[in-house]
Amino acid sequence: MSKPKEKTKESISIAITGSGGAGVMTAGTLLLEVAAQAGWYGLMVRTSGPQIRGGEAGALMRLAHSPVECLGDRFDILIGVDWQNIHRFADEIPMDASGVMIGDPEQGEPPEIFLKRGARLGAVPFKHLVKSIPGSWANMIALGLAAGMAGLPMESVKAVLQKSLKKGGGEKMAANLAAAEAGYSAAAGMPPVQGLSAPAKSKSATAPDKRWLITGNQAAGYGAIRGGVRFCAAYPITPATEVLEWLAPALPKVGGTLVQAEDELASVNMIIGASYGGVPSVTATAGPGLSLMTEAIGLAVVAEVPIVVIDVMRGGPSTGLPAKSEQSDVNIAVLGLHGDAPRIVVAPNSIGDCVTATQWATMLAEELQSPAIVLSDQYFGQTRAVVDPPDVLGKVGKRVTAQAGAEPYRRYAITASGVSPMAVPGTPGCAYTADGLEHNERGLPSSQADDHIKQLDKRAKKLAQYDYGKSWADIEGDGDFAVVTFGSSTGAAREAVARAQAEGIKTRLVSLRLLAPARPEHMAKALAGAKNVLVVEQNHTGQLYRYLRAEYDMPGKVRSFCHPGPLPMRPDEIHQQITQWSRS
Amino acid sequence: MTSSATAVPLTAQAYKSDYKPIWCPGCGDYSVLSSFTKAFALLQLQPENVAVVSGIGCSSRIPAYTNCYGFHGVHGRSLAAAAGLKLARPDLTVVVASGDGDGYSIGGNHFLHACRRNVDLTYVVMDNHVYGMTKGQPSPTTEPDWESKLSPEGTGLREFNPLVVALAAGANFVARGFAGDPNGTAELIAQAIKAPGFSFIEILSPCITFRPEQREWKSMVRPSSVPATDDAARAARRLMTDDGMNIGVLYKGERKPYQPPVGKGKKNPSDLEAEFTL
Repeated sequence: MSKPKEKTKESISIAITGSGGAGVMTAGTLLLEVAAQAGWYGLMVRTSGPQIRGGEAGALMRLAHSPVECLGDRFDILIGVDWQNIHRFADEIPMDASGVMIGDPEQGEPPEIFLKRGARLGAVPFKHLVKSIPGSWANMIALGLAAGMAGLPMESVKAVLQKSLKKGGGEKMAANLAAAEAGYSAAAGMPPVQGLSAPAKSKSATAPDKRWLITGNQAAGYGAIRGGVRFCAAYPITPATEVLEWLAPALPKVGGTLVQAEDELASVNMIIGASYGGVPSVTATAGPGLSLMTEAIGLAVVAEVPIVVIDVMRGGPSTGLPAKSEQSDVNIAVLGLHGDAPRIVVAPNSIGDCVTATQWATMLAEELQSPAIVLSDQYFGQTRAVVDPPDVLGKVGKRVTAQAGAEPYRRYAITASGVSPMAVPGTPGCAYTADGLEHNERGLPSSQADDHIKQLDKRAKKLAQYDYGKSWADIEGDGDFAVVTFGSSTGAAREAVARAQAEGIKTRLVSLRLLAPARPEHMAKALAGAKNVLVVEQNHTGQLYRYLRAEYDMPGKVRSFCHPGPLPMRPDEIHQQITQWSRS
Repeated sequence: MTSSATAVPLTAQAYKSDYKPIWCPGCGDYSVLSSFTKAFALLQLQPENVAVVSGIGCSSRIPAYTNCYGFHGVHGRSLAAAAGLKLARPDLTVVVASGDGDGYSIGGNHFLHACRRNVDLTYVVMDNHVYGMTKGQPSPTTEPDWESKLSPEGTGLREFNPLVVALAAGANFVARGFAGDPNGTAELIAQAIKAPGFSFIEILSPCITFRPEQREWKSMVRPSSVPATDDAARAARRLMTDDGMNIGVLYKGERKPYQPPVGKGKKNPSDLEAEFTL
């Protein structure tokens, strides 16, 4: 289907690439700040080869006048500060004849794979320009060039550089400002790209200086603190490390603390110990770490100790694709404990929602005395975005605690809600043993059938009966056609649904935030009347699709649309699924 | 530690629960349990301010047998849970109970790092050179020629030397006790609790069910002929050359315990938003 040629567009996509050390991530980060300074929204995804230092790197960006939640379908501008190994990113940087790729002819031939796709070529002599401006860097030329081509004002580039190079002193600042200006003026000589449409007037838009520049990993850390977390045990793992690194200085400021553990077995057991002591606790990890933690998460289920485990998903199984995104930990999160072990699984569905969803998960963990797994992913975690300030929930998690009464304390008393008051060590008259062994209401080990069944029922009931309110899913639009998705596929699905709606296909979107426990009645309402249900996710086997088929009575015809990482879900491919299926 | 407001001192009995142990008759762990409660009484700790943390195994059943707060977690991870608890709640006295399988095999890595981290914990390992709960398999401290169903010809492996390892890894207090001397062991535990940082006590605690020959330990143990040293190298040399039967405090170091401050920062969580706001 050929599309009508538009003179302008809603967003502009830019990739800045180069070999490690070329400073493309710095250029990308600064470009995002320039966009923010100019009152735009945007996001920047980092991609790199497997090397720790050196190797190829790319800053993949999308800029717009309204909030953007995912990468676009294709790139308008590819700037190669150099071309070394950039062909390895060919799949991650889709381009066609509408795109322009710019490099330095002195750096050798541009990668053929992009040219074959019809991308038009522009030349900027990075090397020569750097020589002519002593003390300048090629990435600053790329920054100016990208800003110029995107239609960002030079004043914004200046303002951002003056702020960020303040420490470097006058000479460094002057040289790199000159480099950015040289890049900016070179933009005029490049093959043209479609510019951004004028911003739509919206009263509800947040003032540019109130917006946030944040990554999903920072957001998740902040959400945990907002939920009441004051203890973290940390074991580094890509791509979750930044959650922990953000929390390390942040927790002491609010009276908390972070300790580095010797492994993930220790980190999860440390947070269980701290939370048993009455202090809401979190750790963050990725698939391999979550695998190691599953035994202890089961302990938290049985001993009813609230903990929050943030899983920043990456490609798996095993070591997999450590620095690339994939939504393939659904199975382990919702099913991956031995025994009948109810647990909470919450998935944020935007970078801003990493704050809200993690805060909510912490509140749920505390109120329900249960482990909560937060399923973020590398895309959210390591993408930096300009976002409207996310919703911050009004309260922190409230754990029901115990005081000594006339009756002997029963830690695991059977109650109507399934939640029983949890004594904080130090409380006189309430001493009990938190135990991974099945126990009776007092908490004493028991292998009697009656105690086992009562406690299994209690633990299942407290999660099933809880009123999760509207937060369980975001439901948008209505129509016969429903797209069900979660997490980072939501942004692309939302755009695809909007396009389908604009074409007259009545489509609704259900983005699940609460993956476990399942909410069958709520889902039945959300999908009432749907004839086609498309389940969209970024993994190889349709893990969410299978889970939904197991837990829910899905109406109409249900299809899975899934593909694994590292390629992101793009709006176009989901849109095609909708149009093709709705026409067939 | 809160001192008791009552005039009547707490006896060891005050720290015992009414829950009956599952141990075999004659198990050394009964004595160690009584040493725990005697030590708490010696220090007049309020039961609610003591947490007894354990993993899995015969020795790890101790928490529920006390009247203190207890935590009976997963196999091998007691030190991690205890460190998290102590770091989050430095006001509590945290005592960890383990055995040679739980502590030296599956929990070996945590043992090294607990010594190194030096959180103010007391780690009591009841060593009987056998996995008792699973009915008699060799542990890291089992002699190389000890035959069992799982090791029909013995393991052929050299025994693990936990005290030397603890010294090398940085434990601040190292002692050896014997279950057959409950008062002496109570004294050791009380000293270990009082000592700042990570205190490690290895207690020879016979398993007469699977290792009946350990009844002989009674006639083999002897009080260490030398006082505790603060010289780790000297302590290590002594430990590497002794026969494993010298009882007493062997090393007392001066390392500062690891305890980052908690509750000091007074910022509101929303103050952290400044970092993100454009």
